[in-house]
Amino acid sequence: MSLTNDRIKQRLIEKFGEQVTAFSEPYGMLTFEAPKELNLKVLNFLYDDEELKFRFLTDLQAVHYPDDKGRELAVVYHLHNLVDNIRIRFKVFTDINTPDVYTATGLFSGANWMERETYDFFGVNFVGHPNLKRILNVDEMDYFPMRKEYPLEDQTRIDKDDEMFGRG
Amino acid sequence: MARPVSYNVNEKKLENDISIADMPEGHQGEGFFATSLNKVVGLARRNSIWPLPFATSCCGIEFMATMGSHYDLARFGSERVGFSPRQCDLLMVMGTIAKKMGPVVKQVYLQMAEPRWVIAVGACASSGGIFDTYSVLQGIDQVVPVDVYVPGCPPRPEAIIDGVMRIQDLIGKESLRRRNGDRYKALLEGYGIQ
Repeated sequence: MSLTNDRIKQRLIEKFGEQVTAFSEPYGMLTFEAPKELNLKVLNFLYDDEELKFRFLTDLQAVHYPDDKGRELAVVYHLHNLVDNIRIRFKVFTDINTPDVYTATGLFSGANWMERETYDFFGVNFVGHPNLKRILNVDEMDYFPMRKEYPLEDQTRIDKDDEMFGRG
Repeated sequence: MARPVSYNVNEKKLENDISIADMPEGHQGEGFFATSLNKVVGLARRNSIWPLPFATSCCGIEFMATMGSHYDLARFGSERVGFSPRQCDLLMVMGTIAKKMGPVVKQVYLQMAEPRWVIAVGACASSGGIFDTYSVLQGIDQVVPVDVYVPGCPPRPEAIIDGVMRIQDLIGKESLRRRNGDRYKALLEGYGIQ
């Protein structure tokens, strides 16, 4: 019998109990969260478990929720079970003042650049990452542009009229 | 209402299959022709520009059309598009230049030998265009001096040719001493070059 969302949820609860929370299935994709200290334990469990076999990291990124005090930054892992062709989404939340999350590079080599990108745009500090520095933006950039307190526009521009760009 | 046309408004009759650049003003008699060196050098330079295309996006596609047989930039003496900055006279920056690309544009400019000219083709190269964002350079004139800006998003091949012809005008009229002048040095100084 192939793996179902209910079965995945059941396995996770058997293993982690109350610590995995907020299960939902937007568009049929199982989504849940865990405390950020547990992120590697959960990922390792999903990887090693003979039934779950989530051994492919599709994507890793962050989201900034400025109004959610104490858990402003969400780090989102998209995992794929290539045997049963099932995808899940796993989130950990962190305070923006101490954005330390353990790195997943030990488990997935592909996480290296994705974590650098997440650091570059959101400033998530991946503890234990071998080379955590900017990857897409210029090295001189001194802020994290995708955080919502920063405006999208380049502040050095001099010749652009806000009205002409629909922001009048 | 007809749209005002700003290119090719003065139709030039084709006298011959091959048109030849006009002779500069000067004195001539039997077996000699005297004119100023400026004019001769300008004449030679302006009709044999080697462009270096620095094409990063859709304006580069328009440039390909400009180089193609229909528009044919070769008619203006720019047959030879060089891909080594050391051989080229005219840097044509076409397309969005991200901030990370800025130092590359500058390095390419530095590798070109004097005299060198720069043309910014399209809105992005001229001002950042629609990319009013933290990652895009708001005009290449922040890193290199620009001689001619071609507006458009992207500009039509006629507009690019018009820009090249304006560069030709500049080259033809440029004084031989300009590149040694204090003003030019101050300009380069302003960009932190030399």
